[in-house]
Amino acid sequence: MNLCVNGQNKELDCQTAFEVRKQIGNPTDIVILNGFQIDEDCPVTQNDTVNIIPKGIMPKREDLESMMMARHTPHVHEKVKKGRVAIAGLGGLGSNIAVMLARIGVGQLLLVDFDMVEPSNLNRQSYSIIHLGMPKTAALKKQIEEINPFIKVKVQTIRVTEKNIRELFSGYDIICEAFDKPEAKSMLVNTALTQLPETKIVAASGMAGFDSSNRIKTVNPMKNLYLCGDLETGAGVGRGLMAPRVQICAGHQANMVLRLLIGMEEV
Amino acid sequence: MKVNGKLIVLEEKQSLSDFLQANRYDIRIIAVERNGEIVPKSTYKDIMLTDEDTLEIVNFVGGG
Repeated sequence: MNLCVNGQNKELDCQTAFEVRKQIGNPTDIVILNGFQIDEDCPVTQNDTVNIIPKGIMPKREDLESMMMARHTPHVHEKVKKGRVAIAGLGGLGSNIAVMLARIGVGQLLLVDFDMVEPSNLNRQSYSIIHLGMPKTAALKKQIEEINPFIKVKVQTIRVTEKNIRELFSGYDIICEAFDKPEAKSMLVNTALTQLPETKIVAASGMAGFDSSNRIKTVNPMKNLYLCGDLETGAGVGRGLMAPRVQICAGHQANMVLRLLIGMEEV
Repeated sequence: MKVNGKLIVLEEKQSLSDFLQANRYDIRIIAVERNGEIVPKSTYKDIMLTDEDTLEIVNFVGGG
């Protein structure tokens, strides 16, 4: 039967996934069948995707992509790979969203921020000591290359203004609004909704402090606008931004992006 | 008029700008959709509200 084994179509005389492993690998190799790692043998059917991955060995680059794709759900992955997503602001939300979208294999990312990595960012943003003093765009691009080198990453180290939004973001399916200041959030959302009617925006409002995780939600208050957060809790003196709620909110944004890329518009 | 899902009685003829001011919205940090279309901020003063209008007002708070 025809199977996609480690990224290549093969005609194999195998009835189960473990028989595939027996033919091409070792008994200790990991077996991933249609995006799910299996511990017990399963029958295979025509055109199934099987990946046999040896443990503890650095794979060759050409094998790496297929091995990474093994964990992506088939059919979903093709849509995600075609996705073009821009991230405006690379702080606590944007840096974490970018890493998640890279892990799921979004094909094209645009990273936009004017700022440098500084020590006060490390409490919640996806940067390390080694990145201090680098532009956030460059620091994040470097991390993404270490996580998933098979996606296209463009960077723009500039401040987003009303005047450059159309030029910066046209051609992208989705813009993630990940700014810190409410004036900047409002400016991007208003301008993009007005000037880029084909583009969806996944924005955030309200994730400061350590109130319940469960208050953070995703809503769709307007055409083309998705909004994540508790919608109330702004950052302020005595109520700072902390990694858990900021990352929960970033997770809401990244999951909404994923849902939109695979054609699901409900929140 | 419907505002964020709630029915509101318009007491007098008001522009969108007047309504937002009277309800203490800070126009620098909001977005307004009227009858399914985003309203550019530069037109808030020119839009006269009616009982049939449906507004969605998003108020952004800081943090990211």
